[in-house]
Amino acid sequence: MKTKAVIDDLAELETTWADPPGWMGVISAVNHKTISCRFMVATFAFFVAGGLLALLIRLQLALPSATFLSAEKYNQIFTMHGTTMMFLFAVPVMQAIAIYLVPLMIGARSVAFPRMNAFAFWIFLFGGVMLYVAFFFDRGPDTGWFAYVPLSSFKYSPGKGVDFWAQMITFTEVSAMMEAIVLITTILKMRAPGMSLARMPLFVWGVLVTSVMVLFALPAVVLASTALITDRLVDTRFYAPEHGGDVLLWQHLFWFFGHPEVYLIFIPPLGFISSIVATFARRPIVGYRAMVIALIATGFLAFGLWVHHMFATDLPPLGKIFFTAASLMIALPTAVQIFCWIATLWSGRLWLRTPLLFILGFFAILLLGGLTGLMLASVPLDLQLHDTYFVVAHLHYVLLGGAVFPLFGAFYYWFPKFTGRMLSETLGRWQFGLFFIAFNVAFFPMHILGLQGMPRRVYTYPADAGWTGLNLLSSIGALGIAVSVLLFIINVMRSWRGGALAGADPWSAGTLEWSVASPPPSANFNVVPVVHALDPLWEPPASPSHVTGLSTRYREILITSIVDADLDHRLWLPASTPWPFIAAIATTILFIGSIFSPWAVVWAMLPVAAACTLWFWPERGMTEQRAATEVAP
Amino acid sequence: MIPRQPDDALDVKHLPTFAFGTRSPMWWGTLGMIVVEGMVFALTIMAYFYLRSRSPVWPQDSLPPDLLWGTVNVILMLASGVPNWWTKRAAEQLDLLRVRIGMAICGLFGVASLLVRIAEFNTLNVRWDASAYGSVVWMLMGLHTTHLLTDTYDSIVLGVLMWAGPLEGKRFVDVAENAGYWYFVVVSWLAVYAVVFWGARV
Repeated sequence: MKTKAVIDDLAELETTWADPPGWMGVISAVNHKTISCRFMVATFAFFVAGGLLALLIRLQLALPSATFLSAEKYNQIFTMHGTTMMFLFAVPVMQAIAIYLVPLMIGARSVAFPRMNAFAFWIFLFGGVMLYVAFFFDRGPDTGWFAYVPLSSFKYSPGKGVDFWAQMITFTEVSAMMEAIVLITTILKMRAPGMSLARMPLFVWGVLVTSVMVLFALPAVVLASTALITDRLVDTRFYAPEHGGDVLLWQHLFWFFGHPEVYLIFIPPLGFISSIVATFARRPIVGYRAMVIALIATGFLAFGLWVHHMFATDLPPLGKIFFTAASLMIALPTAVQIFCWIATLWSGRLWLRTPLLFILGFFAILLLGGLTGLMLASVPLDLQLHDTYFVVAHLHYVLLGGAVFPLFGAFYYWFPKFTGRMLSETLGRWQFGLFFIAFNVAFFPMHILGLQGMPRRVYTYPADAGWTGLNLLSSIGALGIAVSVLLFIINVMRSWRGGALAGADPWSAGTLEWSVASPPPSANFNVVPVVHALDPLWEPPASPSHVTGLSTRYREILITSIVDADLDHRLWLPASTPWPFIAAIATTILFIGSIFSPWAVVWAMLPVAAACTLWFWPERGMTEQRAATEVAP
Repeated sequence: MIPRQPDDALDVKHLPTFAFGTRSPMWWGTLGMIVVEGMVFALTIMAYFYLRSRSPVWPQDSLPPDLLWGTVNVILMLASGVPNWWTKRAAEQLDLLRVRIGMAICGLFGVASLLVRIAEFNTLNVRWDASAYGSVVWMLMGLHTTHLLTDTYDSIVLGVLMWAGPLEGKRFVDVAENAGYWYFVVVSWLAVYAVVFWGARV
């Protein structure tokens, strides 16, 4: 029974944490769930856009000597496809989901730095939209998603496309680095009391490892693309050999980021899998500590692999041997995790629902992608297969198998939490079946095409090359993937309003996000829990069970210690505000302006500085209330 | 939902409402920025030596930068560590008067370093478009100048707030973190100085 006082408290808590309504709410929202939902929708929209581009590619390649697309348009389309999927979908979607789930999984009422979180979303959105606007005006980049110099230098790509590409990198990577800082701080400082590191869900561990990797990996691509754009716009000479520059510098910088990026895409899904496997095997995960160590080891080893993208360059053989060894070594921590999952599934009672189906699909697909990865990691074979469709097949098996399969599983799993409704199981099974079959029909033939010598990125091929049948088959598979994604969209649309009500914990899962209503209230937890176990909902209640003494009138949160999550201090988070949105607009003007005039960096700095200052400047009334109730350390 | 009893609660009312150092989320946020920016510096320095290793002569077709103003800035920045240390301690002791004085002095040091920086750019002896050497030197100098400029501006804004704005305990944490970040600006200058001014000589 709830007393009137409790109901009043809950109403006040909701008012305190809710973002303002109406259009002001649209631009001043800072609640992590609102920002995350927008982020997820934006990244999914980019996924669909990138998928439609892939369909155009497959239509063009379905038959020999096709003239559906010109060579120039084809170059833009495959560049946009790769760029979209890597920079606007795969990495950000993982962060978007983490922004929603991490606070709920660790018993926090918000993320740290909610305004910076909002800013990161806005500049991501503006950067992605800018790239697509350029593409629709036929100014899309056309030098591949990794934009190798000298092709992408001004001499060989004089249009503005590469400049837009380079600035899109700046937008999205700045966003990703900010999100990483938000997530790291949230995870280390805002866990509910009692949630020591050893009781942290594996998904949260995955996000922590990924976020730390982001801080070390992404600066490389920001530096690379900045040097590219200054080469193009103000005649610096980083990549110009005739002026003492070096084109391989680009490849080193790009792949120093690019290989860890694969793991930025791959590690969060490992967390999805651990969550889903535990829930649907109805038991805690086997080998929790081994899993954590494997995640951390993967994070480290991922930085020792970048040169394996460069085996076809004139690097010293000893270096290549080192990178071959590192590439083989990273299979070990992955294997540890796969064996732990198999042990969990083996010893559990399986409940075969759509989320688990996608995870089982992951095992099959990723195994194939991993095996071709081992093949490509050996230098002599790589020299044969480099730049052929074998590599295209490999990377799609790894990325779709490693990321998209678990992502769909995760979406079926957490959709009830996001919306309060279940996705249709029947449609889900159809979607999974079609996706699994169509994926293999689309991408398996590419292995053979690659072995037969079909190069990547060709816009057509002659009929007598003998590649027609397999290409047609692959294109049919691509259509199947499209239908499967369409089924998913229909499922989401229908279930959003009309799906079965989920309740707080439809899967009888063990982690904290399932202890609150679906969708969760603005403050996440009506009372902040105290944690006593790895799967708190599967353990008998222990004392103390919850926290009291946090304000319901202000956005007050609890800060705890890093290792043991002991009580440390209370903190007020800032109010909702449009300033992050305005600062993001100002930053966008600076970034886009600099494509057209280097002086934009100077004059557009002023509105950016003004917006950031006003964003920071505290509000007098709120500050006085805080000062009046302060407890000094 | 687990049934909850009132006596089953962990009361947090007595906890402080702000804290310094690693206890504060602000410290971790600042550390994250320092890691990112430190990586950018480290990678640019690696690019410098990578280009140098691929070049038969270094610097390519130009004289090394004049030592005078860069060295002056080293001295200036090392000296700025003292008021920053002093201000940080004052903030941790919640001593508003000393914080106000300290922020003013730190701001002046920032402005002085920026003025010296103009002279440094004038005596680099190379343009960014002359060669890859020139490009990477300008990139390093530009990166550091961006840090110098933004952190000096930050310090001034925060200083004005400490003098005139609405104050609460958390602002002392901001002052302490701001001073901590300045150390990063100083240390990164030592690295950039060593590379730009001595990498072209040694």
